[in-house]
Amino acid sequence: MANKKILISGNEAIAEGALAAGCSFYAGYPITPQNEIIAYMASQMPERGGVFVQAESELAAINMVFGASATGARAMTSSSSPGISLKQEGISYLAGAQLPAVIVNIMRAGPGLGNIWPAQSDYFQATRSGGHGDYHCIVLAFASVQEAYDMMQLAFDLADKYRNPVIILGDGLLGQMMEPIVAKRISPIVYRSNKQKKWALTGCKGRKPNIIRSLYMSQDALEKSNFSLQAKYQKIKKSEERYEGWFLDDAKIILVAHGSMARIAKGAVKALRDKGKRIGLIRPITLWPFPAKIFRQLVMENKKLTFLAVEMSFGQMVEDVRLSVNGKVPVKFFGRSGGAVLTAEEIIREVNKLE
Amino acid sequence: MIKKINNHPKSLRKIPTHYCAGCGHGLAHRLIAEVVDELGIREKVIAIAPVGCAVVAYDYWDFDCSEAAHGRALAVATAIKRVRPDNIVFTYQGDGDLAAIGTNETIHAANRGENLTVIFINNAVYGMTGGQMAPTTLLQQKTATTPKGRDQKLHGYPLKISEILALLPGVKYIERVSLHSPQEITKAKRAIKQAFTNQIEGLGFSLVEVLSSCPTYWGLSPNQALSWMREVMVKEFPLGRIK
Amino acid sequence: MIEKIIIAGSGGQGIMLAGKILAETAMQEGRAVTWLPAYGPEVRGGTSHCMLIISDQEISSPCVDKADTLIIMNGPSVVKFKGRVKNNGLLIINSSLSSANIKSQAKIVKQPFTDMAIALGNIKVANMIALGCYLANKKIVAAKNLSRVIQKIAPEDKKALIKINQEALEKGLKV
Repeated sequence: MANKKILISGNEAIAEGALAAGCSFYAGYPITPQNEIIAYMASQMPERGGVFVQAESELAAINMVFGASATGARAMTSSSSPGISLKQEGISYLAGAQLPAVIVNIMRAGPGLGNIWPAQSDYFQATRSGGHGDYHCIVLAFASVQEAYDMMQLAFDLADKYRNPVIILGDGLLGQMMEPIVAKRISPIVYRSNKQKKWALTGCKGRKPNIIRSLYMSQDALEKSNFSLQAKYQKIKKSEERYEGWFLDDAKIILVAHGSMARIAKGAVKALRDKGKRIGLIRPITLWPFPAKIFRQLVMENKKLTFLAVEMSFGQMVEDVRLSVNGKVPVKFFGRSGGAVLTAEEIIREVNKLE
Repeated sequence: MIKKINNHPKSLRKIPTHYCAGCGHGLAHRLIAEVVDELGIREKVIAIAPVGCAVVAYDYWDFDCSEAAHGRALAVATAIKRVRPDNIVFTYQGDGDLAAIGTNETIHAANRGENLTVIFINNAVYGMTGGQMAPTTLLQQKTATTPKGRDQKLHGYPLKISEILALLPGVKYIERVSLHSPQEITKAKRAIKQAFTNQIEGLGFSLVEVLSSCPTYWGLSPNQALSWMREVMVKEFPLGRIK
Repeated sequence: MIEKIIIAGSGGQGIMLAGKILAETAMQEGRAVTWLPAYGPEVRGGTSHCMLIISDQEISSPCVDKADTLIIMNGPSVVKFKGRVKNNGLLIINSSLSSANIKSQAKIVKQPFTDMAIALGNIKVANMIALGCYLANKKIVAAKNLSRVIQKIAPEDKKALIKINQEALEKGLKV
């Protein structure tokens, strides 16, 4: 299968990418529009030597991931917005216990049951610690099926490196659409030894017992633990910002969009560039940490820039853009909600209104 | 001359207890530690502590432990056992954890027939949060949230989760024991050992319901609490093999 | 070049499969492709559709508002989708299941795909006849490549159906 193109959906690419990255445990509960992930895992995970469990609820699924991760296995779950809300408790515990895990959210429109169509309205939930307590998940957003596949390797690597939950944020459009990808050679999961994970629960043979906990009864002990979490988050902020920039050198207007909105915005930029418009695009790949540095740098170089954040929500990521430029240049917003997908034409109209 | 007939179990750390006078948790912890020692599985055991008074059970046990969110111990345990089938995995859960907030996880882990051992401590009250009604609180029993006593019209009946679980084909073994007398404690230890042995032999889901005292929130002295267990509690929760 | 296609019909007519086979063929010919299903609750009956885009450049949005080619396989989909084709586009209609007299500035091709499939011996191959008819009108991919894809993607338990699907494609190419 090496270097051969296959036509595959975003959801299937996520599952295949996870298996290629050595994920050996998956637990999940069905919800549209991400059911292809759980079905793919149900058929492929046991074939390749891993464990698949269809959980009785989203709560059970995320806590199964907690258990599997506690043993040192690369573990993941996936869901869509309402299900991800249910998982927040478990994500907080994962963060508190410093367990690596990958959580995929193929977003649909809310609030409440909302509908099954694409949306980006869980941005706040993902980037602002959706559960209780002072914590952060690393949040990654893909914009193509190939990137979904490749991102799973990165997600598991970051999760292990920082002992931290990683959220992959996509939406129904990216999960359902098929595109050609080049996949690595498909091979059985090599059960990863826990030699590097000295904290893992494996039975205390030949060592002192390990304890996985987020509970620290005394105020001092918890504050100390929280300080160490904060130090870790600072380190992640310093080293893990990722983005893709397009025509940033001479742009007067820069669109900011992530995920499926970014690829549609790219279409708008292409069309506007063809008409001679000096327009560019920043696509944040890490939503947390938000790639603030590039914004600060651009604003320092050019005081006459205008940013236009484009989202399938009523404005969430735009707050991070505003925090990044800190009032130095105008930041506008354009978005739709409820499952409506913005078109390039709509974006072009909005850009033309800016001047 | 006094003959020492009981050694301190290796699996139990020598630290002062934080439990109230007359509480059953310390005893239950010890019985588990003794069984783990006797079966020679200390280096293979992975325990899941609950949320409740026994949340810091891992301060007492000297083997690998994980905490779990309230009610989710059996979801955590399911994954650990599936990923590491050669380890011996058990959960230690109170009545609120296992039979209220975690009922779903309990029923489904049992129904899947997970090869796990569950030690279920039933003391008919919520201890950690200050003595509120538990699913197993007896009728007429006064708690912080049933100040006039549990009334079936308002609060329903004491939940017989063990009997419910016994209906499931995935369940191998269920026994209800009590810690109110030395004889019953001996039986309790035997049942706990059975539940661990079942797992070692790969027989499937095994649960021991342990009736345990909470003098503090029953408003009784430790001695009166034991009498109440013997005279009242075991009538509502009959002892013996359920499955 | 860029070709935007909508295929619509009822659940069970192989609408999704027709789109995937076309997308797979275009991919093998080296083109960029996207395929996007309507992932609503309709599995059997109701309307079902997919959108695909074939291009020699990177594709931004996988959504198709106005299609270059619209293939409609049943009556309810005519009502729902008839406005979704460009004025200079191609509109292919399964006349076996729709008697509607459509006015459109697009080029209209009407053929009784379902009746033709029944005549071939399997009602389910109407989708492949429609694909053949499409390729006869627009050579977006080579028919022989598409025929090869039919053979390649058939799962083990459906190998017996390869031949009739390939025959259906041939029949569509000749209408």
